[in-house]
Amino acid sequence: MSMGLLRLLRGKKASAPVARERLQILLAHERGLRGQPDLLGVLREEILAVVSRHVTLDPTKVIVRLDRGDEVSTLEVDIEVPNDFERKRVAVA
Amino acid sequence: MSKVLVVTSGKGGVGKTTTTAALGAALAQRGDKVVVVDFDVGLRNLDLVMGAERRVVFDLINVVQGVAKLPQALIRDKRLENLWLLPASQTRDKDALTEEGVGKVIDDLRGRFDWVICDSPAGIERGASMAMRFADEAVIVTNPEVSSVRDSDRIIGMLDSKTVRAEKGERVEKHILITRYDPSRAARGEMLTIEDILEILATPLLGIIPESQDVLKASNVGTPVTLSNADGAPARAYIDAARRLCGDTVPMQVPTERKGFMDRLLRRRAA
Repeated sequence: MSMGLLRLLRGKKASAPVARERLQILLAHERGLRGQPDLLGVLREEILAVVSRHVTLDPTKVIVRLDRGDEVSTLEVDIEVPNDFERKRVAVA
Repeated sequence: MSKVLVVTSGKGGVGKTTTTAALGAALAQRGDKVVVVDFDVGLRNLDLVMGAERRVVFDLINVVQGVAKLPQALIRDKRLENLWLLPASQTRDKDALTEEGVGKVIDDLRGRFDWVICDSPAGIERGASMAMRFADEAVIVTNPEVSSVRDSDRIIGMLDSKTVRAEKGERVEKHILITRYDPSRAARGEMLTIEDILEILATPLLGIIPESQDVLKASNVGTPVTLSNADGAPARAYIDAARRLCGDTVPMQVPTERKGFMDRLLRRRAA
């Protein structure tokens, strides 16, 4: 009896093909990045630099998330800005 | 012609030290003069797996720093007269490994041995990069498991860019050695198959070492697995791998345990 049929009868899904596919996708991506600067790190620093020109912010209150999808990926930058920043700005000006 | 071979993996616990000892012993048994060198500075273990832990006086760092001469630090195996060990330091840290110093030691070893087998530490830090730096060939030890395959891919990238050979535009000859392989689980679709791993890593196969109780038994008593139970499945797989390293053509197969009737009966009951 073939392994596939056996699996069908048992009602189990093989996990190895999942492992294989996850690895292929991940490694294709990682090989492309090899030797390149860390994109996420660069974006984080540059975005922070732009924002801090206008607002005093706490670097620990900045969260950068990346979600890699099949078609598109999203980069989410979450910056916590103190409520009184507008007033401070006016004061400086 | 002397060859420097690094046994590496990226991931820890996949069988680098077991492989270094087993291949070293198998090559020495063929008549080649072999030294196994432990690069895991601070966490040495090759001495223990080789059963030489009580005979360590000087180590690689002592030789690199000129405190000891190479012949003073080399430990001759008690079973095989062609097999020698250069242990790592247990107390120093890996920053003591300078590229210049390691290069000199490797050059000196090349003049004395047919095979210089470097047992790399896990990771991609200084110890690992020094272990592979002067290699002519590499054995990448890989378990059929996602994290190990990913780390092997990373290490292959380093072998192709961070070694002396790579920098000179030459290549380090790379071989995948799959360890802890369980053919029945692979057949059931529970484990990456050999074909999966080779396709993903795009690197030729040196051998397949089956999961076996022999490996733990061998390290318990401090004997390379190729010597402790030479008829066992992992020993035969390592001996075949050593022959392939020497250029012999050996059909690729996963050796299985030879079981007697009583073994099978008992195994069935236990399961």
